[in-house]
Amino acid sequence: MARLSADNRQRAEAIVACYPKRRSALIPLCHLAQAQDGWLTEEAMEDIAGLLGCTPAEVRGTASFYDMLHTEPVGRHVVTVCTNIACMLAGAYEVIDHAEASLGISVGQTTADGEFTLEEAECLAGCDRAPCVQVNHRFFGPVDPDRFDALTEDLRSGRLGETVPAHGVLSRVERSVGLPAREARSGPRAPSTGTVPE
Amino acid sequence: MITKAPRIVTSRVGLPDSFTLERYLATGGYEGLRKALSMTPADVAAEVNKASLLGRGGAGFPAGRKWSMLRKAATTYLVVNGDESEPATFKDHMLIESDPHQIIEGTAIAAYATGVELAFIYCRGEFALGFERLQQACNEAYAHGALGADVLGSGYALDIVIHPGAGAYICGEETALLESLEGKRGFPRIKPPYFPAAVGLYGEPTVVNNVETVSSLPWIVVHGGDAFAALGEGSSTGTRLFALSGRVEHPGWFEIEMSKTTFRDLIYDPSLGGGIARGKQLRAFIPGGVSSPWFGPEQLDLGLNQDAVGQAGSMLGSGSVVVMDSDTCPVRAAWRIARFFNRESCGQCTPCREGSGWIEKIMHRLENGLGREEDIALVLDACDNISPGLTWPPKQTTICVFGPSIPPSIVSVAKMFPDELLVHVKEGGCPFPSDAVRRG
Repeated sequence: MARLSADNRQRAEAIVACYPKRRSALIPLCHLAQAQDGWLTEEAMEDIAGLLGCTPAEVRGTASFYDMLHTEPVGRHVVTVCTNIACMLAGAYEVIDHAEASLGISVGQTTADGEFTLEEAECLAGCDRAPCVQVNHRFFGPVDPDRFDALTEDLRSGRLGETVPAHGVLSRVERSVGLPAREARSGPRAPSTGTVPE
Repeated sequence: MITKAPRIVTSRVGLPDSFTLERYLATGGYEGLRKALSMTPADVAAEVNKASLLGRGGAGFPAGRKWSMLRKAATTYLVVNGDESEPATFKDHMLIESDPHQIIEGTAIAAYATGVELAFIYCRGEFALGFERLQQACNEAYAHGALGADVLGSGYALDIVIHPGAGAYICGEETALLESLEGKRGFPRIKPPYFPAAVGLYGEPTVVNNVETVSSLPWIVVHGGDAFAALGEGSSTGTRLFALSGRVEHPGWFEIEMSKTTFRDLIYDPSLGGGIARGKQLRAFIPGGVSSPWFGPEQLDLGLNQDAVGQAGSMLGSGSVVVMDSDTCPVRAAWRIARFFNRESCGQCTPCREGSGWIEKIMHRLENGLGREEDIALVLDACDNISPGLTWPPKQTTICVFGPSIPPSIVSVAKMFPDELLVHVKEGGCPFPSDAVRRG
């Protein structure tokens, strides 16, 4: 699947309605598309552009600025090892060297079976658990080479399914209301915009 | 000195259900907002002024004064900055995961005081669990009546939108944050206008406050600005969260009274950092995030006071302290910091975009024994091109303060550890032990 599903299109409209200007929903909609497909497909970016009233190039141009938005396919588990100062002082480079050896890939690559993509991150704000690692943006730490192997084994076997949702899923909690305060003041209305196709 | 100051922002942290509405209400939650709504917005702002609460994001600008600068207009916004990304800073992350209702309540108090009817909380994208808890808390707050068309029956109408980032350090800079919230690349805006309070989100006047800053507001409203100002000394009042990491026995966050507590207390006291790990000696520490000039053992007795640290030639910044022990190679530490800046430079300004790459490359070859003696002058020259004169506070050739934040760690090494730098060149390699430390 690549275009937004009917369900996700509805979710997208609800997200757009939370902002005074449609374009503000660009990052949330990219997260939504990633939750659907694992990465940002060309078709999803076209869909998002249509919803926001901008061009697909503007969506890609913005998305490519952000580390979390993938415009290429990634593995089922995106494993991100922080090597910034606090983690480095706790041995993060040993962890990332070990990760490369044990997964048989370099930073930036995906394993042949599509299980793991390895990334090196800047500070993830988990310095009290250094060296810290994120899998699909869920935290683990402190991680040493042995714990890294145990972690990847747990991920492969699906034992961490509850803690680590599928790739691309930023949030399992949705907003339950629109903007009731705004609607009470001015009545429900579509967010202001330039031109929206369709 | 370790004082018995109250825990102002971390009173619920550690309770297993600290992030739920039930626990929040059982521990005085939303009482600050209720009290604020019984006062005039001006009176709420007056209490915050009395507290002389300094912004907790890094710049340390007085929160009350920021509010008072908000340009009068039909539409104004409040944006809470939860994009915590400064290396070794992890206090907002903890607050977002542990006490999201406190952030919602603080945001509502700030919105009421400034007359804002639509507020955004920008949560760093990598904080997936934190984002879920904030969104859940926001949903619960609406259901409880603490947000919406009639906040706690007062007639005041407020919406809060929880907005996710997507991974870019620079979005912590407030104008880049606003660009990002508008759905664009996180490019800091050209100044002037200097303050979003004049021209902010969608060009409208906007207050931008940090997560820890708004988290302090419920306590300040309930107990009064004077009670907050009674803690600390001089301009640094209240308590503050410090994030301690690196080669200490107990890395972690600590809420401590400002000014009274010293760096020595923070690093060595058994109830706080517990001393240098594995019985080693202190070599240096970074006092306020990787943008700040480093300190050595001789500055240990400085109080955690914004002005005192400023006068000593550095800054308290984001409240993160990184400890380097006698085994830490200062050249490698400075290289890693330069690498961070190189990777995160947004690329708008030439001195920063190009300079950060030069500095990273030169530091890398010095650390790895491939450097020449002239490289030391060369790297300082590259720094000087970003921040002329290499002064503190730094001069600026770039749109935002990211550029001038690159030189301090390099200058610190050159000033504090010239011999260690030279040894790398003379011996053709790093004389320090590997930084790979296995935990026992």
